[in-house]
Amino acid sequence: MSILVHRNSKIICQGITGKQGTFHANQCIEYGAKIVGGVTPGKGGQEHLGVPVFNTVNEAKEQTGADVSVIFVPARYAAEAIVDAVKARIELIVCITEGIPVKDMINVKSKIKNSDSKLIGPNCPGIITPEETKIGIMPDFIHQKGSIGIISRSGTLTYEAVYQTSKNNLGQSTCIGIGGDPIKGLNFIDCLKLFEADAQTQGIVLVGEIGGSDEEKAAEFIKENVTKPVVAYIAGISAPSGKRMGHAGAIVSGNEGSAKGKYDAFRKAGVTTVESPALIGETMQSLLS
Amino acid sequence: MNLHEYQSKELFSDQGIPVLNGMVADSPQEARKVARQLGGDQWVVKAQVHAGGRGKAGGVKLASNLNEVELIASKMLGSRLVTKQTDQIGLPINLVYIEIGIQIKREFYLSLVIDRSKESWTFIGSSEGGVDIEMVAEKTPERITKYTVDPIFGIDSNQLNLMAEKLSLDFHLKEEFTSILKKIFVLAKNTDASQVEINPLILDQNDTFFALDAKIVVEDNSLFRQSELVLLKDASQENEVELRASENGLSYVSLDGDIACMVNGAGLAMATMDLIKIHGGEPANFLDVGGNTTTEKVTAAFELILENQNVKAILVNIFGGIVRCDVIAEGIIEAVKTTDSPVPIVVRLEGTNVQSGKAKLLESGLHIISADDLSDAAEKVVISAVNYGKSI
Repeated sequence: MSILVHRNSKIICQGITGKQGTFHANQCIEYGAKIVGGVTPGKGGQEHLGVPVFNTVNEAKEQTGADVSVIFVPARYAAEAIVDAVKARIELIVCITEGIPVKDMINVKSKIKNSDSKLIGPNCPGIITPEETKIGIMPDFIHQKGSIGIISRSGTLTYEAVYQTSKNNLGQSTCIGIGGDPIKGLNFIDCLKLFEADAQTQGIVLVGEIGGSDEEKAAEFIKENVTKPVVAYIAGISAPSGKRMGHAGAIVSGNEGSAKGKYDAFRKAGVTTVESPALIGETMQSLLS
Repeated sequence: MNLHEYQSKELFSDQGIPVLNGMVADSPQEARKVARQLGGDQWVVKAQVHAGGRGKAGGVKLASNLNEVELIASKMLGSRLVTKQTDQIGLPINLVYIEIGIQIKREFYLSLVIDRSKESWTFIGSSEGGVDIEMVAEKTPERITKYTVDPIFGIDSNQLNLMAEKLSLDFHLKEEFTSILKKIFVLAKNTDASQVEINPLILDQNDTFFALDAKIVVEDNSLFRQSELVLLKDASQENEVELRASENGLSYVSLDGDIACMVNGAGLAMATMDLIKIHGGEPANFLDVGGNTTTEKVTAAFELILENQNVKAILVNIFGGIVRCDVIAEGIIEAVKTTDSPVPIVVRLEGTNVQSGKAKLLESGLHIISADDLSDAAEKVVISAVNYGKSI
């Protein structure tokens, strides 16, 4: 098994006719993802990348029976695109777009909470179940089917964790980039629950970073609810306070959100941590052997 | 994006949030002139910089005659203000705000922030105003009251009344106080602010409220639809290199160390800084060249890095995904040739087309140190920096 997505996931792509949408949807298709349609308002009736394009998510869902939507819509329209997918009762919405106004995400989250939809992202690389399906922008060739679940707030650091677990022949069950924004869809705890319940997953890598308090909450959750080995790495131990480090959500404000505080929380909860991102793979290897 | 106090107060005033009469000046003569226009016999001269803690740092001064106004303004203007929230160099004072003096009866703290853990807006109020709110939160948390707005139903007036009660406001002041809170909320929504802060909100001898200070932070992702506010941006308050970096599509933060780094992806860029530190070095910057890097971007990044005279070594760390390593290698070669710098460069490439990328760097004949993995790269760059430091 895997979590959230598998080889039979039926996917539509919002923004499929755009430059980013075209490039990445095509890469997903090549990896084996079942992309069954696309949505671009005003371009309904056309065909793109060999799949039908619809004017609305509703129409696309009705015609294709899709359960997943991946969004490559520009930041100024992306929040609306997520809401469209929620209204169409898409089960899993993966929003890749970076730069969505945080005020818009407040609105999006209130709609998600009152629905059956789950959201991954925004500002994330997406989700992949190796050798089954890829819904996002990650370099797929570094992945290998296996036993490690990966959850990360950062794109390239997810790749680093994937690469190291592949090199150690552990492979991955599913990898989720939850995104670098302050207000986002699934958080660490949501994903930890799913990995804990997934039979294929033997160990979990958690990659956090400065800003907010999701890691502290995850540490508490792991202590009480997770039996599988977890390796946690937090980026930004050397980051200064008050400066936004690339990601909209990566900022230490006052005493809140520092990497040190997050490491302390994990250690207090008995979770294995690595201070060097180079040691993620081998540390997991040694925990499992 | 930060707004100055005088800009925020203009927005406050438009929204009906009470502020004192005040005017901005860019010269001592102008300061004298506007003080005379404002009238009265007491003025406050306030340095306009994008940092809090101005009062304690000498950036807010009382004047009891026009000569004093002019003198204080002449000392402030053209100097730099170093506060608890700035670096050691401080921020340039190019404008002062002159406001009429007032007798204060009570001070409060009031703010509205986008609260990431609550995924909505949260009001924060305190019966202690004019002080560092984080200190209050730490030492006397009972003096802080909070209310998180329900994003679907909006503001609940009962909750605002409750805030007023917790701040021990007399009954006849409640309505005015809650109306200020409502106006802050409207202002925050209209300006896409991630924070609106009044510290302090005061009551004068006549029991009238005034926002004595004003701070608005406009959320960066929203700037595309806030074209009028973008015009209020004061570039003099920003780090010049960071500003230029963002114009080139690069995300850059200056740091104090001597090992520069250039990385694709924000998380990996932070991780690279951490690695340098773990191996005994000090990072000179955070630099994310982004997911779809071009040769031009890499060159621009090198130029930015090398402007920093402290830099003794550069670590390039690329995990090629969508970006191919051979393309990055070409960019590095081009940049090294263009910038022609003696500073040693360590390159760690991984991912798509890594072999051809490494081969290109080797064939170039340039002195580029190749690293096999993250730890190897960090070790090599720290040693290179030490050796280069000895050689100059």
